Amino acid sequence: MVLFYIKAFSHFHIFIFSHFLSMLSNQTIKERLIQKFGDQVFNFEEPYGMLTFESDKDNNLKVMQFLFDDEELRFQFLTDLTAVHYPNKQGKELAVVYHLHNLVDNVRIRFKVFTAVEKPDVFTATKLFESANWMERETFDFYGVNFVGHPNLKRILNVDEMTYFPMRKEFPLEDQTRIDKDDAMFGR
Amino acid sequence: MEHHIKLPERSIEKTTTTLNLGPTHPATHGVFQNILELDGERIVSAEQTVGYIHRAFEKIAERRPLYQITPLTDRLNYCSSPINNMGWHLTCEKLLGVKTPKRVDYLRIIIMELARISDHLICNSVVGVDSGAFTGFLYVMQYRELIYEIYEEVCGSRLTTNMGRIGGFERNFNNTAFEKIEKFLKEYPGVLKEFGNLFMRNRIFMERTMGCGGISAERALNYGFTGPNLRATGVDYDVRVHTPYSSYEDFNFSVPVGKTGDNYDRFLVRDAEMWQSISIIQQAYQKIQEFKGTEAEVYHADAPEYFLPPKQDVYTKMEALIWHFKIVMGETEIPPGEVYQSVEGGNGELGFYLISDGGRSPYRLHFRRPCFIYYQAYSELTKGSMLSDAVITMSSLNLIAGEMDA
Repeated sequence: MVLFYIKAFSHFHIFIFSHFLSMLSNQTIKERLIQKFGDQVFNFEEPYGMLTFESDKDNNLKVMQFLFDDEELRFQFLTDLTAVHYPNKQGKELAVVYHLHNLVDNVRIRFKVFTAVEKPDVFTATKLFESANWMERETFDFYGVNFVGHPNLKRILNVDEMTYFPMRKEFPLEDQTRIDKDDAMFGR
Repeated sequence: MEHHIKLPERSIEKTTTTLNLGPTHPATHGVFQNILELDGERIVSAEQTVGYIHRAFEKIAERRPLYQITPLTDRLNYCSSPINNMGWHLTCEKLLGVKTPKRVDYLRIIIMELARISDHLICNSVVGVDSGAFTGFLYVMQYRELIYEIYEEVCGSRLTTNMGRIGGFERNFNNTAFEKIEKFLKEYPGVLKEFGNLFMRNRIFMERTMGCGGISAERALNYGFTGPNLRATGVDYDVRVHTPYSSYEDFNFSVPVGKTGDNYDRFLVRDAEMWQSISIIQQAYQKIQEFKGTEAEVYHADAPEYFLPPKQDVYTKMEALIWHFKIVMGETEIPPGEVYQSVEGGNGELGFYLISDGGRSPYRLHFRRPCFIYYQAYSELTKGSMLSDAVITMSSLNLIAGEMDA
């Protein structure tokens, strides 16, 4: 019940974090992952400084468990989980994107798995992170990613009766330049 | 004899009561539904339903140029819309590589901290209302009003602000805005002190809030808690310190943390954060006073591709006319890229995940909405507690329906 103040003058913290950052650099994470998984992790990139990589969808849990348990890596906080639809990538239409955060060393990484839209089965991360529960339901709701092993995979923001996945690219929003509608009341 | 009332099977033997709390129950401050299973007055389980005000912002954003997405972000956490606006501008600036001047950063910090105060103020006073103290809520309203008046001077609107542009603000702060900020800095600390006195050692308030709705640091991290709710459990994670944005690294402030993560600690953490916010506003205000000459007039970055030129230039200069047309029609192509930018929102880490494929609008935009993520824990937080405690737990989590449902 007592309120503690952590001495966190921001100058002080930044010094600590930059010190840590030099210890756990993107290069180190990449080397550790390649050492463990070999060519099962690939496409390493660093857009705007955040390490981004991919693995096969069957390995997503193995990779995240390793990132979670490893004493050096400690990616134990799931910041965000979402999906992206790329209709032109044959057989890899849906990307499931995980944003993981190591709160001790203050490093973020982005991890992606791709799956085919015909059979979008990806293993659930709910055993690892409780927070994945609703985020996976949301991803299922909007993209139809079937999270195998999820305890309660049903729609969350849309109505239960919905039969399609509205965030997929085959459902475009209305084209604002269309001229076939005559709706004088709304200024078109 | 024929029975006219058909009860579901085994409902007579059932020893628990099912109670629908919401979706429009006044005690839930927003459109939430909770299906509670009660044993007497104790909660056995709670099942939340969300999505009543889902408006498909992520889908709408895929058709809009960047500057038209700002009004969508207003409607996420509408208790602190300027933070969402600034977070979105920071995301765009990161993608576009726009560097903002220091004065803009400090002006933004003043606005963001004011927004944080108004957010925490509402949350804490509503916790008071739910524990039976309406006075505090009504009393602090006039200071939220003052904050809204400052917004009004800066951008013209109050609740859904659409404040700022990519690269800075749409216009410089006028003198009235600075006078009102001064007035706020002068008067508000006394009010906050009184407000704290009303609750902090109040026996009724302490007994109602202590020891209910608590969570351990491990569980909170696993549930993806961020913001004051996480700090109340004892984890000093604050985006402003961990990943400084908008020059927060130039400021001295503490990160208050609690211990038990219960409703009382959440109240205390929010209260202490308001004191820190006041100190940050004071520091920022001082730093702004130190700018002299032309520097003191800077209110936006030099980014003609994204920042609207002054109107008199549009009428007299060709370059300005071209940029004006391109910006308004959304013709400026944004560079392809993938950005994650987060800010410390009123109730946690508000993240923007933006993927651009080089068109005029984002290919994909995802909002990391803090309260959508931590509301999952509500069932665990309320299990075994009384029904009336569950109501306080809900308000002390600072759930905003608009943000949750996006």
